[in-house]
Amino acid sequence: MATFQRHRLTPWLLLSPQLAIVAIFFFWPAFQAVIQAFYVQDPFGLGRAFVAFENFTRVLGSAEYYRALGTTVTFSISVALGAMALALLLAVLADRVIKGAHGYKTLLIWPYAVAPAVAGVLWVFMLDPELGLVSAWLGAMGIDWNHQLNGGQAMALVIMASIWKQMSYNFVFFLAGLQAIPKSLLEAAAIDNAGPWRRFWTITFPLLSPTSFFLLVMNSVYAFFETFGTIDATTAGGPGGATRTLVYKVYEDGFIGYDLGSSAAQSVLLMLLVGLLTLLQFRYLERKVQY
Amino acid sequence: MLRIHHLGALTLGMAAAGLSLSAHSATEIAWWHAMGGELGNKVNEIAANFNESQDEYVVKPSFRGNYSETMTSAIAAFRANEAPAIVQIYEVGTATMMNAKGAIVPVHELMAESDQDFNPDAFLSAVTGYYTTSDGKMLSMPFNSSTPVVYVNRDIMAEAGVEEMPATWEGLGEALGTIVESGAAECGMTTTWPSWIQLENFSARHDIPFATEQNGFGGLDARLKINETAAVDHIQRLANWQEDGRFAYGGRFDEAAPSFYTGRCAMLMASSASLAGVRSNAEGFEFSVEPLPYSSEVIETPQNSIIGGASLWVLEGHSDKVYQGVAEFFDYLSSAEVQADWHQFSGYLPITQAAYDLGKEQGFYEANPGSAVAIEQMTGVTPTENSKGLRLGNMPQIRATIEEQLEKIFNGDVGVQEGLDEAVRRSNELLKRFQQANG
Repeated sequence: MATFQRHRLTPWLLLSPQLAIVAIFFFWPAFQAVIQAFYVQDPFGLGRAFVAFENFTRVLGSAEYYRALGTTVTFSISVALGAMALALLLAVLADRVIKGAHGYKTLLIWPYAVAPAVAGVLWVFMLDPELGLVSAWLGAMGIDWNHQLNGGQAMALVIMASIWKQMSYNFVFFLAGLQAIPKSLLEAAAIDNAGPWRRFWTITFPLLSPTSFFLLVMNSVYAFFETFGTIDATTAGGPGGATRTLVYKVYEDGFIGYDLGSSAAQSVLLMLLVGLLTLLQFRYLERKVQY
Repeated sequence: MLRIHHLGALTLGMAAAGLSLSAHSATEIAWWHAMGGELGNKVNEIAANFNESQDEYVVKPSFRGNYSETMTSAIAAFRANEAPAIVQIYEVGTATMMNAKGAIVPVHELMAESDQDFNPDAFLSAVTGYYTTSDGKMLSMPFNSSTPVVYVNRDIMAEAGVEEMPATWEGLGEALGTIVESGAAECGMTTTWPSWIQLENFSARHDIPFATEQNGFGGLDARLKINETAAVDHIQRLANWQEDGRFAYGGRFDEAAPSFYTGRCAMLMASSASLAGVRSNAEGFEFSVEPLPYSSEVIETPQNSIIGGASLWVLEGHSDKVYQGVAEFFDYLSSAEVQADWHQFSGYLPITQAAYDLGKEQGFYEANPGSAVAIEQMTGVTPTENSKGLRLGNMPQIRATIEEQLEKIFNGDVGVQEGLDEAVRRSNELLKRFQQANG
């Protein structure tokens, strides 16, 4: 203890590069966005007018914003739950594999290394209404696939592409979590005549809860923010705004429409929303987690 | 020993002098553009030829992604005082650029201040009109301009027994009906860029306003009109055709083209600059290029269509020397030889009459059937205030809003009137917002 107190500056010194990066690339832009949210500005930054809360009232008074919010909720829940459920299933299966386990695991982790835009393009190629291989199969089965016109199909496409992309990340954590569960517990339960189903739900699943909770937070953040590239490369928010999530709307208004004030106000709102969501998750869900 | 030392110093000194000479004499002019692939190579070639033609200036082209990315990065660079001298901006960004007073140097001022003899009358008014003030002063230099035309699969036409390509939408309806009913093709026609071709150009060609205030040329208080003109009937027509297979919606940008290449659709409405693409992809069948149809119920003689594409804007914050170089480069760029070469290579429209005449002289249009259709469609008549172009703020978003509603109309979510009303309402919000930020 005494030695630590003698080096009061050292920890700060060691932390400083990281803190500087966070300050420059996170706090400074976030601070700028908050300021910008109270102004109306021309794209070139030649002049700006203070408008107080007008950007916020305008955003909160527009039907499109609530529509994007609804889209975001549907999209995020589907992606977070879908990516976690599938990853858990695959992790449980891969955990049992003995022969060639390494190969399976590598293949399952692979999609994580694919850039979001590339992943989006891959899916677009497969499901292109005119040229896609998968859409041709669907056509043969009597399903008329056209995500350029059908909003529901477009939503399904971005959800699938986003799940595929995130599944690997979840898989790694679930697999590690599964391997940390003492075999003796499962064996004892098996001797007590508990079937695989029961063993999973009464032993494995509760013991995985710290991992699951961590992944829930990470997946929510992923679905809210990091799916931008996938959406941009597949549907660009269309058709008819059916896949326009909040973060995509921030981009559209800011970088295509150059409405920096409104875009900044929306990103402040989004920041508050995700902050609140994370707080709720920690406040209520974390109590159920058994460490 | 001493002599050698001396000599060495002399050579070094000379080399240094030579270096500083070349560094001082050639002024660099940065040109940011959005032309990828083959067109990008052509842009580099144009710059290289200009650089070789004189030794005072060096134009340095650099590719910055698609149109909206190029515009965004130029704006960001301007805010950081790193703006390029020349930037290529798409036509829908025109209002944003021209209202950025203090950020841009209008081309007519640039040319007047330089010692170039610049004659605005040499340009094709149908092309430059989009980029001039309401009193005819050129704000930016047109670079790549195109206009929509119809590409027709002649084999399908023959199979269905349709001899002539109809000039009107009414005639087209019958012809497409025959094509679809005879089973010669699964779909009659499709279109790229629906808002640009089926609304912006439809309005211009029929001399009806797209927006008030002379389509925005008259002032920032322009508001859309497309929900109360013949444009509504036209979208209704397409919606009806979508039901019986005479029309198939194919996406907001160029995604519709493959359905023409594969022979699924008999006709494709697309940019005249798609000609090269159509030519290389339509290998299995004969095709022809036809003018955009008009509705005989709305107008007797159709107006010109309007352009799409991009123009070159000059940004503030450079030395007089740089601007002199930009003026010389623009003069070079608008010379008949360079224009004719660019136009013939890319399928974009020539911007001067001289370039068009040169092409005729060279026999280019006879050797390449279809390549003159767009020019004739543009220059056949004098543009009116409804067909000069659009000058609307937030136009990229307005177009996206319109496309969004068109998608909803074509997939049956909303009725035609309802969808266009919503597009107009939201677009007018954007116009008000632009007026507020720039007024």
